[in-house]
Amino acid sequence: MAREITYRDALREALREEMYRDERVFLMGEDIGAYGGSYAVTRGFLQEFGPERVRDTPIAELGIVGLGIGAAIGGLRPVVELMTINFSLLAMDQIVNHLAKIYYMFNGQFTAPVVVRTVEGFGQLAATHSQFFENYFAYVPGLRVVAPAVPKDAKGFLKAAIRGNDPVIFIEHSLIYRNRGEVPDGEDFVLPLEGAEVRREGQDVTIVSWLRGYYLALGAAEELARAGIECEVIDLRVLRPLDIETIVRSVQKTNRLVIVEEGWKSFGVGAEIAAAVQERALDYLDAPILRVASVEVPMPYARNLERLVVPNKDRVIEAVREVLYQRLPAPVAR
Amino acid sequence: MTSTVDGQLPGVALPKSELLEMYRLMVLIRRFEEVAAEQYALGKIAGFLHLYIGEEAVAVGAIRAMDPEDHLVTHYRDHGYALALGLDPRRCMAELFGKATGLVGGRGGSMHFADASKHFWGGYAIVAGLLPIAAGLGLASKYLNQRRVAVAIFGDGATNNGAFHEALNFAALWKLPVLFLCENNQYGMGTAVQYASAVREMYRKACAYDIPAEQVDGQDVIAVYEATKRALDHCRSGNGPYFLEALTYRYRGHSMADPETYRSKEEVEEWRRHRDPITRLREQLLTHNVATIEELAALDRAVEEAVAEAVRFADESPEPDPATLTQFVYADPITVR
Ligand SMILES: Cc1ncc(C[n+]2csc(CCOP(=O)(O)OP(=O)(O)O)c2C)c(N)n1
Ligand SMILES: [Mg+2]
Repeated sequence: MAREITYRDALREALREEMYRDERVFLMGEDIGAYGGSYAVTRGFLQEFGPERVRDTPIAELGIVGLGIGAAIGGLRPVVELMTINFSLLAMDQIVNHLAKIYYMFNGQFTAPVVVRTVEGFGQLAATHSQFFENYFAYVPGLRVVAPAVPKDAKGFLKAAIRGNDPVIFIEHSLIYRNRGEVPDGEDFVLPLEGAEVRREGQDVTIVSWLRGYYLALGAAEELARAGIECEVIDLRVLRPLDIETIVRSVQKTNRLVIVEEGWKSFGVGAEIAAAVQERALDYLDAPILRVASVEVPMPYARNLERLVVPNKDRVIEAVREVLYQRLPAPVAR
Repeated sequence: MTSTVDGQLPGVALPKSELLEMYRLMVLIRRFEEVAAEQYALGKIAGFLHLYIGEEAVAVGAIRAMDPEDHLVTHYRDHGYALALGLDPRRCMAELFGKATGLVGGRGGSMHFADASKHFWGGYAIVAGLLPIAAGLGLASKYLNQRRVAVAIFGDGATNNGAFHEALNFAALWKLPVLFLCENNQYGMGTAVQYASAVREMYRKACAYDIPAEQVDGQDVIAVYEATKRALDHCRSGNGPYFLEALTYRYRGHSMADPETYRSKEEVEEWRRHRDPITRLREQLLTHNVATIEELAALDRAVEEAVAEAVRFADESPEPDPATLTQFVYADPITVR
C-alpha cells in the first residue's frame, strides 16, 4: 500500500518514525524547536519529543556539526540541521576535516554516523542565500551525499541515513517541499543510499538532473514529447557514490546527454558526470554533452536578473534541441 | 521636572535641532518599515525582509553619535542604519523593489544596503560574518593613522558564533578602534536569548577579551547617543575596542515569513505600549516644552510624504538592465574565453 504525501511530510514521517524507533536519535539545529523549523519540517516536534531530543541551538554551525560528531562517536544518532546550505560553509571544517575522515583515519575502529540535513534553493534571496553547494560535499570521500527529488526517496533515504553507519549529507530543496508523490506504507520502508533512477523512458536524448532540476527536466521532456522528441529522464538521487552506470546505459541508447544543474557550471556536478560518461561511452556519443546551469555570477536580488541566472524549462528544451542539432534560428533582436 | 535651557532636555546637551532630527529619523524609519511591509504584501518586495520597527533608537542614537569619517558595517537588518545615515529613502525603497535606482542597483535587496560615499560598507546576511570585517576596518584605520572608528552592528544571536569571538580577540589583541554594537532584541529568529546564550547579557562576553563594555537602554535614543559617543571617544583615543549592548525589541516577526509561535502577543504589546522609543522621545520633547505638538505633527507629515514619494519613485524606476548581469564579478579584466 502507498499514500500520496508531500515531500515535507515524507521528511516529517521519516524523522518521527526513527525517533520512536530508536531513543538514540535526536535532532539539533537552529530554530527547529520553538520556531518550528525554517521550512516547517519539524513543526510540533518540540512539543512531541521535548527539548532533550529536539534541541534548538545557538547560531553556531561549526559547533552544531562538531557536537553531532562527538555525540555520534559517543553512541547517539544525531540528525543535525543546517538551516540552509549557505551556512554549511561555516561548518565545512567539521564536515570535511573531521566528519568525513574519522572512520578511515582511525583505521576503521569507530564511525561517526551523523546525518546533516540541509536545504538549497532561491527566490530573490540575493547573493549569499541562493547558492548550490552539493558539489562541495560530493567531492569528499567518506561522505554520502543524497539529494532526493521525490517524497518516496526523501522518506526512504532519510530513514536509511539515520540507521546507517556513515555520515550522510542530506540535501533538500526549498522549492519542492510541497511536491506530492506516492510513499509506501510501513515503518521499515528504507531505501539504499545509492543508485540513479530512470523515471521517464525515451530514445532520443538523456537528461540527467536532481532536486528541482529533475522537475525542469520532466517538464521539458513532456513539452518535447509533443514535438515528437522522446527524452529519457534520469533522477540522479545520490551524488556520492555516483551511479554512472545508469547514465551510461541510457546514453548508449540515446547517444545524447544533457545535464541540468542549478549551481554554477564550472567545477560542478555536471562536469563530473560529463567526464565520467565520456570515459566510458565516448564512442556512443553523437553530440557534445551539454550542461544547463546557472550563469556564473553571485545571485542578484532583482527578479528580472535572478530569472536570467537560474536554469528554466526553456533552457533545457533548447539544450535538448541543440544536442539533436535542431537548434532553432536565433530569435530576431527586438 | 524643570526645564534647564530653553529648547533642551534636562541634563542633555543636545540642541533642539538635533533632538528634532532624532525624532524625525526614528519616525522616518518606522514609517518606511510599515510601508515596506505593505509593499511586501502587494508583491512589490520579495525574498527576505527584516523590519526594524521597535529598534529605531539604536540606529539613530548610534549613527548621530558617529563622525562622518567612521566606518560602518551592519547585519542584514540594515534599513534603519541607511536611513539614519541620511541615505535617500527613495533609493532605499527602490532597492527593496529590486530596481536599477536602488542603493546597490537592485542587486542586494533588503539585506545588502551599502553606500561607499558614507563609509557604509554594507549589510551582511551571514550571521556574524561582518564582525571580522569590522575588525579589519579597524586595522586599516590604525595602520593608516586615521582617527576613524569601525562600527559593527550585529544581533544577540551573532554573539554565539565563532566569528564573533575571533573578531573580539583580534580587536583587543591589536588594540583596534572598533565599536562592537550589539542590538540585543532578545531573539535570534525564534530562539530567545536564554535558549541560545549561556549568559543573558551580551556585554558580559566582552570581558573574556578585556574589552570595556556596558549595556544601554536601546529604547532611549539619547542614552544610546551618549553611550555611543563615549564609546567612540574611547576607541578614537587609541584605547582599542569597546563593546556596547543596546537592549531593544523587535515588534514584527523576524522576517515576513515568521509564524511567531515562540512569543506571546502580550509580550509584544508590553513593549509597544510601555517601551516604545518614539513615544518616549515624543513625550520628553512635549513635557519639557522642547517642541510643540504642531512641530512634531509637521515632521510626521513630512515623513509620511517622503515615504509615499519613495514608493512612487521605486514603482516608477526601471528594472536593472539585463545587460549588466555579468558586470562587477571582477574588477580587473578577464581576457581568456
Ligand atoms: C551563519 C548563519 N546562520 C543562520 C542564519 C539564518 N539567520 C538569519 S538571521 C538569524 C537570527 C539572527 O539573530 P540576531 O543575531 O539576534 O539578529 P536579529 O535578527 O535578532 O536582529 C538567523 C538564524 C544566517 N543568516 N547565517
Ligand atoms: Mg536578535
